[in-house]
Amino acid sequence: MSEIAQAPADVATGVPAGADTAAELQIEGLRASVEGKQILEGVDLRVPTGQVHVLMGPNGSGKSTLAYTVMGHPKYTVTAGSVSFDGQDLLALTPDKRARLGLFLSFQNPIAIPGVTTVNFLRAALRAQEKELPARQFIARLGDEMTALRMDSSFRSRYINDGFSGGEKKRAEILQLAMLEPRLAILDEPDSGLDVDALRIVAEGVLRIMERSEGRMGVLLITHYYRILENLTPDRVHIMHQGRIVDSGGPELAHLIEREGYDPYITANSAAESEVSPR
Amino acid sequence: MTVQAHELTKDYKYGFHDVDVSVFRTEKGISPEVVAAISAHKQEPEWMLKFRLKALDHFFKRPMPTWGADLSGIDFDNIYYYIKPVDEMGRSWDDVPDSIRNTFDKLGIPEAERNFLAGVSAQYDSEVVYHSIRADLEKLGVLFSDCDTGLRDHEELFRRYFGTVIPPNDNKFAALNSAVWSGGSFVYVPKGVRVEIPLQAYFRINSDNMGQFERTLIIADEGSYVHYIEGCTAPTYSNDSLHAAVVEIIAEKGAHVRYTTIQNWSDNVYNLVTKRAIAKENATVEWIDGNLGSKVTMKYPSIYLMGEGAHGEVLSAAFAGTGQHQDAGSKCIHVAPNTTSNVVSRSISKGHGRTSYRGHIKVLPKASNVKVNVRCDALLLDEESRSDTYPYMDIENPDVTFGHEATVSKVGEDQIFYLQSRGIDEQQATALIVNGFFEPFVKELPMEYAVELNRLLALSMEGAIG
Repeated sequence: MSEIAQAPADVATGVPAGADTAAELQIEGLRASVEGKQILEGVDLRVPTGQVHVLMGPNGSGKSTLAYTVMGHPKYTVTAGSVSFDGQDLLALTPDKRARLGLFLSFQNPIAIPGVTTVNFLRAALRAQEKELPARQFIARLGDEMTALRMDSSFRSRYINDGFSGGEKKRAEILQLAMLEPRLAILDEPDSGLDVDALRIVAEGVLRIMERSEGRMGVLLITHYYRILENLTPDRVHIMHQGRIVDSGGPELAHLIEREGYDPYITANSAAESEVSPR
Repeated sequence: MTVQAHELTKDYKYGFHDVDVSVFRTEKGISPEVVAAISAHKQEPEWMLKFRLKALDHFFKRPMPTWGADLSGIDFDNIYYYIKPVDEMGRSWDDVPDSIRNTFDKLGIPEAERNFLAGVSAQYDSEVVYHSIRADLEKLGVLFSDCDTGLRDHEELFRRYFGTVIPPNDNKFAALNSAVWSGGSFVYVPKGVRVEIPLQAYFRINSDNMGQFERTLIIADEGSYVHYIEGCTAPTYSNDSLHAAVVEIIAEKGAHVRYTTIQNWSDNVYNLVTKRAIAKENATVEWIDGNLGSKVTMKYPSIYLMGEGAHGEVLSAAFAGTGQHQDAGSKCIHVAPNTTSNVVSRSISKGHGRTSYRGHIKVLPKASNVKVNVRCDALLLDEESRSDTYPYMDIENPDVTFGHEATVSKVGEDQIFYLQSRGIDEQQATALIVNGFFEPFVKELPMEYAVELNRLLALSMEGAIG
C-alpha cells in the first residue's frame, strides 16, 4: 500500500518534491444567495493544507451552501466577498478549473450518471486533471483503494452512484478522494446515514489519505456528528449559524457541542431554527 | 447502352480523377422509361421488369405520407435514380478504382475487413463496387453478394423470398425502391450454419442529387445465425439526396439474425427506409439501429412474430442535431402464441434537433401468452430541442404481459456540476452523460463500432453546450 500511496502523491499534487507545498483556502466576507435567497451573510474562514478543519452548525445554517459556493455550483450566486486557494481567485473560475487547482467536494448526495461506469468516470476525472496513470497501474491502484474501503470489485463496472445505497455512495466519494488526491477536500457530511462500521471505514479512509499526503492536503469536514471525530481529530472546529462563522476553537469545541448542542449560539429570534436542511 | 458504358469506363481508366467517376446514369427524374432502362442495363429477367413497373405505378398513385416527418423538400424530378460508378464489381480492393478505393480507405472499410469481418460489401451510389466473403463460409454454402448477383445466380431462391416480407404496395417509398432498386445485399445462411463473425455492408452516396435505393434480402435457414452490419455516409451537398432502402429478413425456425445499423448520412439526405423481418418458430430477430446522421430519417424496423416461441428485439439510438429530425421507432406484430418482444429506444436532441419515437405493438387474437416490453427514453440537451413519443398499441388477446415506460429528461445541471467538480469540463461532462445515456445501445455493438460511435457522438457534441 505504502508504495502506491507515496508515488502518485507527487503526480497528484503536481508539486515538485521539495517545493513549498503550503497552500490555503481563504474565504473572506463571503455572501451568497440561492434563487434570490441570501444564505451566506459574510463568512470568514481559512483552511491551510495539512490541517483538518471541522464545520458544524444547526440545519440550515449554510454549511452546504458554503461548500457548493466554494466549488462553484451555478445555482449559488456570490454577492460579496472573496474565495481564493493558493493565492488564486476561485470565484472567476468554472468548477472544473477549481478542481484542477486541487479542490474536491465530497457530495452529501452524490449524483448518479447512468451508463458511466465507476472505472470510466475515474479515468475521465484523472485525465481531466492530468493525473492519468498507465492502465495497469491505474487498475492496480483502484483495486487497492477499493480494498481499503472494503468495496466489492464489482463497483468498477457499476454506473457511478446509479442505484448505489446511501452507504455505497459515501464510500464511492471517498474512493474518488483517494484516487484524485486533491490539495483541499471539502467533505459535506460524509458520515450522514452511515452505520457504525461504515462510518469507521469512511473516517479511516479520510485519515489514511490525509496522512499519506504528508501535509499536502487540507480537509474541511462538514458534519453533524461527533462520532466521526473520534477517528479524525480536527485541528480546528468552526461553528456556523445563520450564514456566519460564529465561533472557532480546538477539538474541545466539538466536545462542547456534543454535550450542549447549539443552544448557546441560537438566539430567541433565530429564523434558522425551523429550517430544514436541503437534504 | 453496354457500349456506352464501356466507352466511359475507358475514359475513367485513363486518368479520370474527377468527383464524378460514373460509367452510366439514367436521366434525372422518374418514369417507366427510366425504370426500363435500369432493368435493361442490368439484363434482368422479364418478371423483374414487370415487378418494377407495377411498383412504379403504385408509387405514382400513392400520396406522400404526411403523418410523420416533413418530406416537402423532396423533389422527385431532380434526382438521379441510377448511377453506376464502375463497370465491374471488384473481388479485390485492387480492382476498385483509386478514387473510390481511397474513399473506402478513408472510411476504414478495408482495415475493418482485415481485422474483424467475415465478409464485406461496399456500395457506391447505385452499385456494389467491392465484394468479398471468407472462403470457409463460402464452402459452407453461405451466400453473400449484392442483390443483383443474387437474382442472377440464385434466381429461384431469390424469387421465392423477394418482396414477400415487404410488398411493393406497402408504402410509397417501398414502392419507389421496388421500382428502381439496385445493389444492396443478398444473404443466405444454410441450415445450422453459424456465421460467428459479422458480415458488413457499407453504403456510400457520392453523387449530387443522388437517390440510393439498395435492396437487401437476408434469409437465415433453420437453426442458423448471422450478424449483418451496415454503415453509411455521404458527402455534404447543398442539394438533398434521397436514400430509400428496403430490407427484408426471413428467420426460419430456430434461426437467429442480428441486424446492426450505424446510420451516419450527411445532413442533406432524406433517409426513408423500410425494414421488416419475419421470425418463425423459436426464431430470434434483433434490430440494433443507430441513427446519427441524415436530414430526415423515417425508419421503423419491424418484426412479425409468426411462429410460436419467436423473439424480437429492437434496440435503437437516435441523435438529432440542428436541422435534423429522427423519426424512428419499431413495430412488433405478435401473430403466434408464446412470442416475446423487447423494445428499447434512446434518443438525444440538441439545438433545434427533433427526435420522435413511433412504435406499434400489435397482438393478434390467436397470440396468447405474449410478453411485450417497451421502454423509450429521450434526453434533451437544451431548451430548443424537441422529443415526441407516439406509441400505438393494438392488443387483441387479453393473455398478454405488457410493460411500457417512457421518459423525457434534460441533462441536469447537478450532473454537469458533479462531473465538473472532478475536473471534467462542461463539454466533456456533457459528452460523458450522452455516452452513458447511449450505453445500453453501445454495449450491444462490436467493440470497434462502439469506439467509432462514441467518437462520432463526441464530434456531434462539439460546441453543444454554450
